[in-house]
Amino acid sequence: MTQLALVIDLNVCVGCHACVTSCKEWNTSGSAGFMTDENPYGKDPTGTFFNRVQTYEIGEFPNTETLHFPKSCLHCEDPPCVPVCPTGASYKRESDGIVLVDYDKCIGCRYCSWACPYGVREIDETQKVMKKCTLCVDRIYDQSLPESERKPACVLACPTSARLFGDVHDSESDVSAVIREEGGYQLMPEWGTKPANHYLPRRKTRMRIHEDELQRADNPLNKEQRGPRGPIDAPTLDDSTSW
Amino acid sequence: MHPAFSVIFLTTLIGVGQGVFLALFTGQSYSALELLPIQDSMRFYGNGAIIALVFLIGGLVASFFHLGRPERAWRAATQWRTSWLSREVIALPILMFFVFVYGAMQRFGWDQTLFTNTAGVTLQLSLVVATLGMLATFALFICTGMIYACLKFLQEWYTPLTVINYTLLGTASGFVLVTAFASYSAPELMRFYGIWSTIIIVGAFFTRAASLFRNNRIKAKSTLQTALGVRHNKIQQKSMGFMGGSVNTRDFFHHASLMFMKRMKWIFLVLVFPVPIILLWLGMSNNSTSILLAAFIVQYLGLIAERWFFFAQANHPQNLYYQTI
Amino acid sequence: MAVVHDPLKQPAGRIENKNTTCYMCACRCGIRVTLRDGEVRYIQGNPEHPLNKGVICAKGASGIMKQYSPARLTKPLRRKAGAERGTAQFEEISWEETFDILEQRLKKLRATDPKKFALFTGRDQMQALTGLFSKQFGTPNYAAHGGFCSVNMATGMIYTMGGSFWEFGGPDLDRAKLFVMIGTAEDHHSNPMKMALSKFKRNGGRFISVNPIRTGYSAIADEWVPIKPGTDGALILAIIHELIRTGLYDREFLVQYSNAAELVSADEQSDDFGLFARTDIPHAPDCFDPQDRVWWDRNQNKALHARTAGADPFLLGEFILPDGRKAKPAFQLLKERVESYTPEWASEVTGIPVETIQRLAHEMGITARDEKIELPIAWTDVWGKDHDTVTGNPVAFHAMRGMAAHSNGFQTIRALTILMSILGTIDRPGGFRHKAPFPRPIPPCAKTPKSPDDVQPNTPLNGMPLGWPAHPNDLFVDENGQPVRIDKAFSWEFPLAAHGLMHNVITNAWRQDPYAIDTLLIFMSNMAWNSTMNTDNVRKMLNDKDDSGEYKIPFLVVCDAFQSEMVAYADLVLPDTTYLERHDVMSMLDRPISEFDGPVDSVRIPVVPPTGECKPFQEVLIELGSRLQLPAFTRADGTRKFRDYPDFITNYETEPGSGIGFLAGWRGKGGEKFMKGEPNPNQWEMYEKNNCVFHYEMPKSFQYMRNWNRGYLNWAQEHRLLRHAEPINIHIYSEILMNFRLAAQGKLDCKQPPDHLRKRIETYFDPLPFYFEPLEASLTDKHKYPLNAVTQRPMAMYHSWDSQNAWLRQIHAYNFLYVHPKTAQKQGIDDGKWMWVESMHGKARCLCRYSEAVEPGTVWTWNAIGKAKGAWRLDKDANESELGFLLNHVISEELPPHADGKHISNSDPNTGQAGWYDVRVRIYPAGADEPQMSYPQYDAMPALPGTGKTGKVLKYFAGAFRRKAEKVGKQ
Repeated sequence: MTQLALVIDLNVCVGCHACVTSCKEWNTSGSAGFMTDENPYGKDPTGTFFNRVQTYEIGEFPNTETLHFPKSCLHCEDPPCVPVCPTGASYKRESDGIVLVDYDKCIGCRYCSWACPYGVREIDETQKVMKKCTLCVDRIYDQSLPESERKPACVLACPTSARLFGDVHDSESDVSAVIREEGGYQLMPEWGTKPANHYLPRRKTRMRIHEDELQRADNPLNKEQRGPRGPIDAPTLDDSTSW
Repeated sequence: MHPAFSVIFLTTLIGVGQGVFLALFTGQSYSALELLPIQDSMRFYGNGAIIALVFLIGGLVASFFHLGRPERAWRAATQWRTSWLSREVIALPILMFFVFVYGAMQRFGWDQTLFTNTAGVTLQLSLVVATLGMLATFALFICTGMIYACLKFLQEWYTPLTVINYTLLGTASGFVLVTAFASYSAPELMRFYGIWSTIIIVGAFFTRAASLFRNNRIKAKSTLQTALGVRHNKIQQKSMGFMGGSVNTRDFFHHASLMFMKRMKWIFLVLVFPVPIILLWLGMSNNSTSILLAAFIVQYLGLIAERWFFFAQANHPQNLYYQTI
Repeated sequence: MAVVHDPLKQPAGRIENKNTTCYMCACRCGIRVTLRDGEVRYIQGNPEHPLNKGVICAKGASGIMKQYSPARLTKPLRRKAGAERGTAQFEEISWEETFDILEQRLKKLRATDPKKFALFTGRDQMQALTGLFSKQFGTPNYAAHGGFCSVNMATGMIYTMGGSFWEFGGPDLDRAKLFVMIGTAEDHHSNPMKMALSKFKRNGGRFISVNPIRTGYSAIADEWVPIKPGTDGALILAIIHELIRTGLYDREFLVQYSNAAELVSADEQSDDFGLFARTDIPHAPDCFDPQDRVWWDRNQNKALHARTAGADPFLLGEFILPDGRKAKPAFQLLKERVESYTPEWASEVTGIPVETIQRLAHEMGITARDEKIELPIAWTDVWGKDHDTVTGNPVAFHAMRGMAAHSNGFQTIRALTILMSILGTIDRPGGFRHKAPFPRPIPPCAKTPKSPDDVQPNTPLNGMPLGWPAHPNDLFVDENGQPVRIDKAFSWEFPLAAHGLMHNVITNAWRQDPYAIDTLLIFMSNMAWNSTMNTDNVRKMLNDKDDSGEYKIPFLVVCDAFQSEMVAYADLVLPDTTYLERHDVMSMLDRPISEFDGPVDSVRIPVVPPTGECKPFQEVLIELGSRLQLPAFTRADGTRKFRDYPDFITNYETEPGSGIGFLAGWRGKGGEKFMKGEPNPNQWEMYEKNNCVFHYEMPKSFQYMRNWNRGYLNWAQEHRLLRHAEPINIHIYSEILMNFRLAAQGKLDCKQPPDHLRKRIETYFDPLPFYFEPLEASLTDKHKYPLNAVTQRPMAMYHSWDSQNAWLRQIHAYNFLYVHPKTAQKQGIDDGKWMWVESMHGKARCLCRYSEAVEPGTVWTWNAIGKAKGAWRLDKDANESELGFLLNHVISEELPPHADGKHISNSDPNTGQAGWYDVRVRIYPAGADEPQMSYPQYDAMPALPGTGKTGKVLKYFAGAFRRKAEKVGKQ
């Protein structure tokens, strides 16, 4: 069984928000219909976004880490939002594991958003239906696109390629490999939702300096030494020996 | 959570309706066993059922205000296999159907005696309908309670106490209303309902207090550490990724002060439990319908506060992600 | 149950894809724009573009909201008669009338005193054209934004090694092992930097960020080194100290490719003290940089002509030249210079622990020495020696405005370039690599006029408006040593002001110092708000009148695409197009988008028609140039030479028959030539077919060591990138700077500085880098104003542009002042509460946000989020104006009066770079009775005629948006 998902590499995410707006621009004119913005030019502008990048500070100065943290629907393998839906508008596709909302069935009761611990469902305040990340399902199967572009808009956009896309059930896939090798993890594992999206942790490259690297044979200062050198015609032992 | 008034009214109103119907069922059962005098069904059970129906309809109407797309509400009945909300959507009209049939039978005298035993105890057809209605009532209480109690990461709700409290508080409010109604329409039953009301209120007090006690001691399973997958004891959010608010900042947090929360708790603890009991006994001893009605109104207002608090107290783990602009 | 809504269904509509180049920031990524029924449906990175290879940033992906922004100006406007500037009372006029007004006014100025017309532009990406227009007009008063951006970075590096960061070169992160980033704005060089960073990290490279603040790129650094703003020079000089002390420098590289071993006269009594000893070896008369210096050879222990085959010079020591003069190698002087810059000293200045400074030096030195790269690429150096390999020392650096925008930035950046050089990392794999048309000679050949006589009525300027002085005699001053330019660039106040001083134009013009001007044309720069220092007073100056009731700056023309704060002060408003509506060129004559492997330039081609009556500024210039009959735009018979801008780009040559034009690709009649060749009538089509980009990949052997690579230099000369195919040796010791110092000391027979500036020139024109406290800080009472205040730009915003963008402004709707909790608590300021930030120039009320990611002596905020009420077509109660604030209110464009003069710019004394980040502040809580609103506040700017409607709800859906909007409009 296929389970498509994103793997987000926190090690390289610089928090640029490219994934946020590329998602918005693709989906506002896509099958999710428009994605409403309220007060677009006024006080407290707010709108429907499927993906957000948040910022956290970890630790205390000077040992501070700044963490940029993108988050969208995690497409749980056991999505708590699906069974609670009274209309069947929330569903998980068997073919690829994408969790979707059928906008024509949704009654906008918001119950699914209560049932999601991750806060990634977004009611569209104009259309009054629940919306969420679709993994750009309308891109990834679109045969009219070149194969290299059949990816979610956020993945295509990401300048640091911090967003990887693939089948996490296929142990041969790139995403499975990085989850395995780079310590990929899931959010809030305590609820057993088994999010399909994974995160890769920060990794540090350190340098160890050994004392002998500083005491160098090739020290160029050696070349600058000019031993005391007397004039050639000054007296030497040669002038007065008899051996 | 951010308490939505549509849901507060939905749950409290149908709670009253359900309680009223349970009270009627209890009364008629006692009568059938000849523990209580038989009532004029036309005046008491018939009108009582209308009262129950009015509250149930009121709740239903309130529920529509919670829907973005009420015109599609019929779809909500389709997922009864998995969704407690769907089950509630089914249970409510079934209950309304039984209440309606029961009320009609009583009001228009369509009742029939099914059999009478040797002791002279009769089984009326209306009581059979009432029994079905009683079952539907409890089913509805369970559905409503389970809508909240099934969400495991809303730890304040994820307990049988949620269902028990919904049941007892709804029942209590219905019994109090019926006590007032009885004092007006069937004074001989007033004391019967008054005593039952008191018992249920006291019971509800203990279960609600138990849930407050429990919720005060909850240790949140989710933390910023599990939410982000970062192991460090000092993590602070500096940006949510948006500044003008979003559905995540509006729907899941009450934005009220701790002080306000505390006040709401005491308001509901006073208005739902001791005050109605005092008014009940005052009303009964003075035989005053208005004091008894006041008991109901005070308790209902208390229940609105209780429901507000119920929602506000629930800490949604998603709020971990939405703390700081 | 069956699915009702088909999630795969594509909405109906006519789909088209068009390629062009982004302009949501200065990065210039290739984009592919998908249109549905003529409306923008999707903007993605063009996967075939060499710069961004398919990626796009938050701004780029929000281009839709810029295109359809209600803040767009769509009609030429004239200030209503009787209305005050700043009140934004305008009436619509026609383009014909607009051009008539401009033509009349400018014709008169050109015929009388052309310098009374000043043209200053923001980050416009068309400086080659705006510069050409100004030169043709005959005014010296032209510059772009560089003076208040990062001119220190350009000059500090170019005067040292002939190249610079960003457009002209950068870190080779493909091969680097250690990468040190210092003070880099988050929107600078953004996508390529992001791409390179992640690749670098994934390859296991070590990334160190030196920055007072840990955000953006610094967030993913392996190590964050918090530093006090303005002290980078101290850190770098201490690292150089440590590298020399431990012998971790690349001796071979320095000897051959820099002037480190060249002997400098050390006899304080002699006339040539501080100048290089020279031989009388003959050289060609047109030689740019005669190779006539002297080494002291170790083998023969005597002076030899530098780079004599087989010679091995001393880098250290003191020698007696045959004529009896004392001389020292430049490296010896450097060593002496950094002697006192110990890590212990630097630790006090920078706030960085001593061990960290030493370790940084050791990490750099050991990585450079022990992780050497040898690429099997054969090349020949300019002295004729064949090399089988290209060597690299894989330590790379990147720095930008954080380092540049200090008044000590030039010398600091000289120090950085010298650090990069002693590590042996210049134009080598894993280090710094050039991008065409760099490297340039030091300094580049372009020169400004040198005398007021070079400005004559009805005559083009005799020289370039901007250039690279190499000698005091190159300064653009009158016989009294006074500036000729309105911004005083290239005068004794700011001799190396290669990008001008835009930040002083309005103040100088208002004060009529050095003279009054008549017409100021501002293109795309928000000088009444975030692009100016001292915002509040500049707004007053723009509106100030003399005794006769005439404005001090009589005529203000503003060209912009949006209703910015600056537009409110215009007498005439020219509505510009967006980037999706016009032709543009990213020209080799300006700042192209070259890659390490060869020259690249690119174009924009319109994907949608202009909105309303918008006209690209280029078309305005071509039209004006034709009407004013400027020679470059006019035929001999006085008729118009170019139909429009695309026609100009196709057919313009720098000189008749030069074969050099704005675009380097597909030149020659059939497009068979590049860099140089006759105009090609089909050039635009060829760019269009090739993703709007021309990319020439040079042979591998030309891609490294270009300062000294014979193959490359000859190729560059042949293709007219360079006039001279001569080695471009690194100036560890800058004789150019020494000449200015000698002039100031009266020891050089040349133009002389006014007496009050002699000390200043003598001090700051030090031929070796040195650390000094930023000028403003040295003139501030630091007990009263103990903190540094700086701004950064967030990655999701570019300057002031994006607050009209409905999507981006949700990410940054207002700004906080970020303060370390302890610093704030000491003043009693709570997290999230209102506070004051105050300098000796002004104060602002703002919201406080605690942060552990900022050096405790620094406070900072995002730049240009705060807006004036009503500007950018935002509602009057928008968060940007009520909660957002502008730090510019506490920054001054002039220093307090002191020994150098009464009105002297708050700028680097060498280059005129604006000292944005030198301001010192104090903070305190706002009173409980104060309004919960940022300060200062201004009267709301009304909606300008021709701007759009702002509704409560925005439902963008490509293909239906405008139709719907029009329908609503009709109702």
